[in-house]
Amino acid sequence: MNEQSVGKIRAGEIPSMPPAQGLPATPMARQIIEHGTLRTKMDATPTPRKVMGAIGLLVFLAVNAAIAYVVIDGRLDGRWYDIRDLGVGVGELREWLSDEGAPAWVEYWATGIIGGVGILSVLGGWLLIGSWVERRVIALFQIRRGPNRHGPFGLLQPLADAIKLIQKEVLVPRGADRFLYFLPPVLIFIPAMLGWGPVPWAKNMAYVDINVGLLYTVAISSLAVIAVFIAGWSSNNHYALLGAMRTVAMMICYEIPVSLALLTVVLLTGSLQLSEIVAWQASHNVWLIFIVPFAAFTYLFSSTAEINRTPNDIAEAESEIVAGFHTEYSGMKAGLFLAVEMGNALLIGALMATFFMGGYTLFGLEEWVPGYLILLGKTTAMYLVFVWLRATLPRFRLDQLMGYAWKFLIPLAILQVFVVAIEASIFARWDVPGVVSLTLFAVVNLAITAALVRGWAQAIGYSPKGGAGAMPLLATVTGGLKAAERMRAAG
Amino acid sequence: MLRLGRMAVGASGATHYCALRPVRGESGRLVELQTDQLFNNYIPVLLASIVGFILVLSALIGSRLLAPFSQDREKSTTYECGMLPLRRTSTNVGMRFYLYAILFVIFDVEAVFIFPWALSFVGIGPMAYWTMVIFIAILALGLGYAWKKGALQWR
Repeated sequence: MNEQSVGKIRAGEIPSMPPAQGLPATPMARQIIEHGTLRTKMDATPTPRKVMGAIGLLVFLAVNAAIAYVVIDGRLDGRWYDIRDLGVGVGELREWLSDEGAPAWVEYWATGIIGGVGILSVLGGWLLIGSWVERRVIALFQIRRGPNRHGPFGLLQPLADAIKLIQKEVLVPRGADRFLYFLPPVLIFIPAMLGWGPVPWAKNMAYVDINVGLLYTVAISSLAVIAVFIAGWSSNNHYALLGAMRTVAMMICYEIPVSLALLTVVLLTGSLQLSEIVAWQASHNVWLIFIVPFAAFTYLFSSTAEINRTPNDIAEAESEIVAGFHTEYSGMKAGLFLAVEMGNALLIGALMATFFMGGYTLFGLEEWVPGYLILLGKTTAMYLVFVWLRATLPRFRLDQLMGYAWKFLIPLAILQVFVVAIEASIFARWDVPGVVSLTLFAVVNLAITAALVRGWAQAIGYSPKGGAGAMPLLATVTGGLKAAERMRAAG
Repeated sequence: MLRLGRMAVGASGATHYCALRPVRGESGRLVELQTDQLFNNYIPVLLASIVGFILVLSALIGSRLLAPFSQDREKSTTYECGMLPLRRTSTNVGMRFYLYAILFVIFDVEAVFIFPWALSFVGIGPMAYWTMVIFIAILALGLGYAWKKGALQWR
């Protein structure tokens, strides 16, 4: 904590709350006054440094562009050493294999193994660093330090956790169905890997670029339900069974909003193939999240339910049912459940980026930056959004969640599907540039969404108390972050 | 018109119809797909499942090798907040879950119909659009009825 970020107040000499604002002194407000928030730190950064940083970034990009246009200049296109698209090299390998007279299955297995290793390296790398990222970021949100003991910045913490988990005894509870008790960690881990299959990392870099990729992802993501119920049922524990029941109920409820949200993507792009969905967004220079914001929100929210993350993590609501469906799992088996949870969050981030945020493309940047790096960046950004949600939102109750799916998301998503269907047929027939029609659709969709969300919430009696613009209860009581900042400034 | 991809299966000559994406040639004619070509796409999926299975197994075997294992009657008691477990869990699944499951099945089947429609209705015309609107409206009526009857209310 340097001098500037703390401002006039030093750590240790917490002033009494300024009575002028008339706001209660909560511990959180005190902490903010003492340490400041992220915004405080940004404000404390001197302007020259910000300007220098921006210039440095621009210079870096310009140097990259220069390298791309002068040095590379199309010399890499279609070569096996084209690092922007590793799929080209694999394609070359396949051609070479078939030239050498290898049977077809050798080609498929060779490329399958290469792609599998690629996916596994992403997934494995994430398992090694993901929990560290999540804990550190949440610690930032909660104004504490997070894991910082093992290795530099605590980076070896996930490794230590893994070593600890693998050494722990795997108990099989008495009265459990031994075979069914063994199955769920396997059943839940395999879909978490398979879900990565159709995600395109660059133009030719999808593991399985099947023409029903979107349906495939929906199907794969719903396989986890089976594993969850088997886990809960077979472990002969009340908590596990109750957790499994409510998880299954929640997951199947949120599968419908997921498919309806993805339906709008299909309607607009006219394809179920993930690479074509990305190509459509790239060719129109637009992200679908701008055209169908409600679908993107629905997908994001429903996916958090599918993968049991806050705010929808009633599967393992610690305060109610100990750890939900994996209460009885210990040691490496529990570790597998945790790993799957983390890997799935990254997978949903990648799918969200692919469906709604342009996938591996970034408005032409993919011509000279490897597409997989762009997708990885977007995926990580989405993961940070998940962490943000986890740090911010409380957990919903089961009936609230199911009611939200059936009474709110599904009716509105159905309406949106038909609106987007009209737009899709207009788009196919109307002979104007895509910019005009897509902008029009974006504006219309945003207006319709705002009107529908507001109107529907009022119709079913969920309008916010105190009228429009009312602050949340917590913010009115504590004054929120801004009030704390004001207090800090007043000082 | 939406026509389904037609595939010749194996040497027996029997044809199967597959509700995947319609496969058309340049002139819009149906293209015959060899089944092994189609399923070759899924070989990597199979491979990934095998690799995933091996990974999980190796993790479990590693834990088997490294972790202590001891049989103990008290230790393998199921967790119930420190109390002895009351009885074998034969808790019935609540009736509410059943209603939700029925609704889910109905709407999930709808998703099966609506995805092929979404791919093809632009070429068919307004008739296809209104057909689907009516179809979904019937489903929505059902949802509305369930809502009205309190099936969505958790009591």
